[in-house]
Amino acid sequence: MNLTHEEQAFREEVRNFLEENFPKDIQQKARNHIPLSKDDHVRWQKILFEKGWAAENWPLEYGGTGWTHVQKHIFAEECAQAYAPEVIAFGMRMVAPVIFTFGNEEQKKRFLPDILASNVWWCQGYSEPNAGSDLASLKTTATRDGDDYIVNGTKSWTTLGHWADWIFCLVKTGGPDTKAQESISFLLIDMQTPGVTVSPIITLDGRREVNEVHFDNVRVPVVNRIGDEGKGWTYAKELLTHERTGIARVAHSKVRLRDLKKLARSTPSGDGTLAEDPIFRHKVADIELDLLALEYTELRTLAAVSTGKAPGPESSILKIKGSGIGQLIDELYLEVAGHHALPFVPEQFDMAFCGDFVGPWYAADTAPHYFNYRKTTIYGGSNEIQKNIISKFVLGL
Amino acid sequence: MNFSLNEEQLMLQDSVRKFVLAEYGFENRQKRQRSVPGYALENWNTMAELGWLSLLLQENYGGFNGGARDLAVVMEEMGRGLIVEPFLASAVLCSSLLQRLASEAQKDRWLPQLASGETLMALACWEGSNAFDLRRVSTRAEKCDAGYVLNGTKAVVLNGAEADWLLVSANTERGLSVFLLDARQSGVQVHGYPTVDGGRAAEITFRDVRLPSTALVGAEGMALPGLEYAVDLATLAVCAEALGIMQTLLEKTVEYSKTRQQFGQPIGRFQALQHRMVDMFMECQQARSILLMATTSWDDTVRSEEERRRAVSAAKARIGKAGRLIGQEAVQIHGGIGVTDELDVGHYFKRLTVICQLFGNSDRHLRRFADASW
Repeated sequence: MNLTHEEQAFREEVRNFLEENFPKDIQQKARNHIPLSKDDHVRWQKILFEKGWAAENWPLEYGGTGWTHVQKHIFAEECAQAYAPEVIAFGMRMVAPVIFTFGNEEQKKRFLPDILASNVWWCQGYSEPNAGSDLASLKTTATRDGDDYIVNGTKSWTTLGHWADWIFCLVKTGGPDTKAQESISFLLIDMQTPGVTVSPIITLDGRREVNEVHFDNVRVPVVNRIGDEGKGWTYAKELLTHERTGIARVAHSKVRLRDLKKLARSTPSGDGTLAEDPIFRHKVADIELDLLALEYTELRTLAAVSTGKAPGPESSILKIKGSGIGQLIDELYLEVAGHHALPFVPEQFDMAFCGDFVGPWYAADTAPHYFNYRKTTIYGGSNEIQKNIISKFVLGL
Repeated sequence: MNFSLNEEQLMLQDSVRKFVLAEYGFENRQKRQRSVPGYALENWNTMAELGWLSLLLQENYGGFNGGARDLAVVMEEMGRGLIVEPFLASAVLCSSLLQRLASEAQKDRWLPQLASGETLMALACWEGSNAFDLRRVSTRAEKCDAGYVLNGTKAVVLNGAEADWLLVSANTERGLSVFLLDARQSGVQVHGYPTVDGGRAAEITFRDVRLPSTALVGAEGMALPGLEYAVDLATLAVCAEALGIMQTLLEKTVEYSKTRQQFGQPIGRFQALQHRMVDMFMECQQARSILLMATTSWDDTVRSEEERRRAVSAAKARIGKAGRLIGQEAVQIHGGIGVTDELDVGHYFKRLTVICQLFGNSDRHLRRFADASW
């Protein structure tokens, strides 16, 4: 990509900033595939906040960066290179845009500063046990009682719900006769409210990342509703298309491929190394080509967005290809690990672990990662749903 | 041509199937897998009583004299139950290796103990970075007055920490050899751990372990063909296990798609998903066919070692491909619930993934198949 002088200077600035400010202990963990704690994320996000770089997607007036799309792209690339984690999306990238786009002044003043400073953590309450990709069929109800709603129901797949202080929810407010899409409202709920309980869902990597959140007669003030009653679906949908830019995770995949090639060069295979194995090389090259194409598909999307066009249904390509490429890379890591992918010794993921490591350091997380990341083609609107979007809205089928 | 099972095989299939149905509910399996030693001793004893542990042994050792086809029948059913007992480690790898390599005296002593289940053996033949390459061994056994002194480290020894005795590959001045030794002997350091698919394995270090010359299994320096034979047979065994898993995943996925409602109808009504389940079905059928080809070739004693190798690698390469597709699609079509620890589907997927890696992945076997085909 041809960068202007300003853009090149910006890249230097980001690189230097990361070099000087991204905590080395967090970098060490990320580089060694050790899961980060909440404290790690908070610490890093607060550093970004101090610099004024916490909220790349927010308008300047609320404390955002005001960056161009090229700048955002550069920032993502440099962060990936330095193993800096992406900002946790739920507060900064998901609920905040709903609040500053559709909320009232009171709500903006009340919620945005704490999100920006990473003082208050959010999680997303969209999916339910029986409403996954089909969000319109959700069952959690909010019944009006004076100045409050009484909320009942269960939300599922609540990522990092056990770290969150607040949850933003889609709830059913209309009566049984209302059309599904017009009976959904957008509600902000303090997780400390009596009647809210969070229970873990353990995933295939043996860890807790997602949860179920249960609401048992939870009183939520009506002032916590964003926008109009019954418009929640519209707000959420508009935001979901925005969510899809950046979802391609191109920068992240590039770094992972680079590291993979390095590992393959020191992994024996036959009489040479895996890097010399024609079948393995072919597979890596195939993914690299697809990733190169995806990088430019993303840049084309960004270019369209910067001329004022909202990211259209084409952004579904970014989700489908980005998640697919990520999963193919996961498989290659599994192959590099070979039989060392078999041991499952979770204690090794603790920085304080001081026993004997089983196998090489990079192998421990390869299988759990592969298992867990099957989720990427399922969440955020499954890839099947994304293909339906393309066939309906792009191809007109 | 007749590809159907004979009467004995049908009885064998029936008995394993009944055992799996009766003893192998998913919750039971999970409980067992988390316990020490990682499986149920009463199941192990049942397997011995029913004669499965002597399936591969010759009749004069009380065995069933079973071939690859018989083994496949058992393993397919075990795959359906996600068996965690050390059948593969002891009754397949070690039994077939001893039978192939050991002296008559060694066979007389050890094979009955393996058949009865009273002795559990593990095969320690792979090392650090040389995944599944039997020839690249840096473990050494130096000759001394009374016998040998063993030094080296073995990686990912299946059921290595639970085994009473270990079969260990090592280089002597004459070449690749195998030794049989007590796992609790001084100088043997065992580090056991769970594996990602709910099994158990171990890293084992040998530091100046003194062995009598009787510890040598078969002739010194002549172990490679026997090791290859045992691992190839185990490779067919896991291919059959994979088939049982794939078939189960297909059935579970089809069943789920008929009940899971989204957008006002069962998701199985969507053509996009129907075609993918049809692909899963076809992959299962192709996998069954190639396994049949390989087990038939194996049991056909006229064939050369080269042909045997080609047949095993054909099965492993093709089943690796099928396993990848079926495992991934089963999880995807189940959606979020498919990646949870709570549902059995994810655990079938995990075991299938491990099998695809075990004894060499698709690429490795594709290469071996190609080398034997030109």
